[in-house]
This record gives sequence, structure tokens and C-alpha cells, in this order.
Amino acid sequence: MREFIVLVIGAILVENFVVAKFLGICPFLGVSKKLETALGMSGAVIFVMTIASAVTWILNKYLLVTFGLGYLQTIAFILVIAALVQFVEIVLKKFIPPLYRALGIYLPLITTNCAVLGVALINIQREYSFAKSVLYSFGAGLGFTLALVLFAGVRERIEYSDIPESLKGLPITLIAAALVSVSFFGFQGLFSK
Amino acid sequence: MELLMPAYIIGGLGIVFGLGLAYASKVFEVKVDEKVMRVREVLPGANCGACGQTGCDGFAEGVVGGTCAANGCPVGGAQVAAQIASIMGVEAASLESKVARVMCNGTFSNCSSKFQYSGIEDCTAAANLFGGPSACSYGCVGMGNCVRACAFGAIVVEHGVAKVIQSKCTSCGKCIQSCPKKIITMVPASNEYAVRCMSPDKGNIVRKNCTAGCIGCAKCSKVCPVNAIKMKGALAEIDPQTCINCGECIKVCPTGSINRYFCEQQSID
Repeated sequence: MREFIVLVIGAILVENFVVAKFLGICPFLGVSKKLETALGMSGAVIFVMTIASAVTWILNKYLLVTFGLGYLQTIAFILVIAALVQFVEIVLKKFIPPLYRALGIYLPLITTNCAVLGVALINIQREYSFAKSVLYSFGAGLGFTLALVLFAGVRERIEYSDIPESLKGLPITLIAAALVSVSFFGFQGLFSK
Repeated sequence: MELLMPAYIIGGLGIVFGLGLAYASKVFEVKVDEKVMRVREVLPGANCGACGQTGCDGFAEGVVGGTCAANGCPVGGAQVAAQIASIMGVEAASLESKVARVMCNGTFSNCSSKFQYSGIEDCTAAANLFGGPSACSYGCVGMGNCVRACAFGAIVVEHGVAKVIQSKCTSCGKCIQSCPKKIITMVPASNEYAVRCMSPDKGNIVRKNCTAGCIGCAKCSKVCPVNAIKMKGALAEIDPQTCINCGECIKVCPTGSINRYFCEQQSID
């Protein structure tokens, strides 16, 4: 049990996908302008990450490893993620239209979110068991949410700040992102091995 | 065989996923009314939300579903309304075009100031400091939030008060949301007269702060031939629906808070 808790907390804080592993930077900068959109995107990412890692784990174990095609992981996983996102979109549209509308454009955007592919590949690399993979991916999604929500808060504050002319817009955003990232490095020593 | 295996696997996966998706899209198909698509096509597509729906898609669904009127898109105006009406097979009710108006006369010469503000140029930020630098805490802050919110360049700040350039206004309502004082209202474009003051304060207080504020003397409401002016406490309000643009109210207004609002030609003060 303790092992699982450490895994999730580690995925959220220590190995945060956005600010420590630098995966999924595009949505991190793209949809963090408002808290609302940040939450929408995060919800979709958690959802897809968890399911994608489960499916890719099974695919890897029973298809790729069996035929000795481990080197096809990346391309096969991309295929899985793309198909999965499409499928999730279709199902959501049918059964939970409010959620579908709330997620809107962010759902298809996840297809190109490298954090999703990253988590699937890391699961395999570290030889996690099925339960661990799913849990780790869920934690990674939560970490993504945390980073995005924190950064959305920072950006909403930046809106009302007096910023030097030359730093307005993207430069100050990148500086703020760097500071958020640095602050997360404080968690590096959280679990001593 | 050895060589072709990867191709088989990836190709096979592709085919399986493709067929699976095709099957899923049939099983979980959501019927989209053809009319919704056609209505959606004639809409401006700005997703501005001025119709009160989540976006143009929501509005198109609303029109077909019967919850929105065919003339509900203020940006598209009469032309789009007519197109939607023809798709829906109903007569287009003539849509009166609307225009945003800033209900404040408090220019620098009319309205005194409480203090010198030197913070960031933002109405919300300025308004958070004791209700803003202007003496009247109900009036325009003049930092131009609405100017920045307007995608059509239809608003300018002149002498410390925002004004809407009528010919450029598409009545999308973005400025109304951006204004921390809520002094921008949407009125029919044909309506020419407005009480340009939002201060509910009593006459003597208004007079102290601003020379062009409504002091609630009610002269206009008495002289109006169609009873379009109602007193809301110490503030006169013209009902744009009943107003016939006769201009009698302007003649009796002692402070000049009622103006003819045609801003292309006429300057505010």
C-alpha cells in the first residue's frame, strides 16, 4: 500500500510531468490563460492518460513483447492514443454531452500531447506492473492538473501586474513558468531511496 | 516473414482500430439535424456568446430546437436572421440592430477627481482603489478596459470617458462584460436619447461630484409626451422601446445629463 502512495505522490510532485520532466509544455502554455480552460484540459488529460496507459500496457505485453517488436513501442502507442482519443470523444458525445461540450477542443488536442505518450513509454521502461502503470499514469495526470492550475493562477495575476514593455506577453510567461518549475524542484528530495 | 512482421502488426493494429472506430461511430451515433449544420454555416462563427448560448454551435442547436429565436444572433444582424429564417421556413421577425452605449457623462471637465491615480492602466485595478480616481464612484473609470475588449475598434476613450462609435459597433457585448462599473448598456440603434448617468445618489451628492449627472429632478419624466421616462429613485431612465426621439427631455434637463447620443459627429462634451 505504502508503495502505491509513494508512487502517486512521486508522480504528482517529484516527477511532475510538466515542470520536472518538461513533457506536455504546449498545453501548459497554451491553455493556462484561464483557470476554467486549464481545469477542462486537465480533466481530459487525466482521463486519457489513465486509459491509454492501461491499453498500451496490455498491447506491449501481449503483442509487442511476444513477437519481439519492442522497438515499435513509440509508433504503436501513438496509434493507440490517437484511436483512443477518438473513441473517447465518440462515447462522450453520446453518453455525457455536457462533459463533451466542456472539454470541447481540448479532447482532440490530447492526441498530440506528448505527456500521454511519455507516461505510456515510462511505464514500460520501468517495468511497472499493470496496477502500478495505471496508478502512475493517474498520478501523472494529477500532477499535470496541479501544474496547469497553479500556472493558470500565476498567469491570471500577471494580467494585472505592471510588466516592463519588452517582457510583456510570452517572455514574462516563460519566466513565470521557469519559476514555477524551480519551485517544484524543492520536492526532489521528498523520498530518499 | 521476419521482415514483414512489424508491418503486419502495425498495419493490423491500424485496421483493427480503424474498423473499431467506424463501428463505434455507427453504434454511438448522435443524430445531428441537417438543419443545425445549415444554420451553423450561415452564422458569423465568432463564438462570441452574445446570443446567450455557449457559441455558434449552441445557438444553431437552440434555433433548431426552438429555444432560440431565428433573429437571436446580434452580430449577424438582419441578414443572417433572414437566412436562418429561410432555412427554418419561418418569417424573419425584423431584428432591430442594437448598439452599445456608455452611460456616463463624467469627462474631466464635468467630473472632478478624488485623487491622482498612477497605477496600472486597467479599469478593474483602478476601480478597486476607493471606487476609482473619479469623484463619482458610479461613472466611467476611463482606463479603457472596453477599448481593449472590443474586437472591432468601436470604442475610444475621450476626455476620460469611453464612447462607442456606432457605425463600428456589432453589439457583441464584450465591452459590457469588461466594464467593472457596468455602465455600458445595449440599446436599439434607433434610440437617440439617453440619460448618460448611472449614479443612484441623491441630487446634491451627484451635483457635488459631477456637473453633468442626473440629479433626479424628474422634469424630463413630466415633459415626455409618451411617458417613456421613468424615475428609478433619483435617476431618470429612458425606455428605448417607448421613446419616440422627440427630444423634449433634452430641452428641460438642467444638468445636460440627457444627450443625443450620436457619436460619429458629436463629441461627448
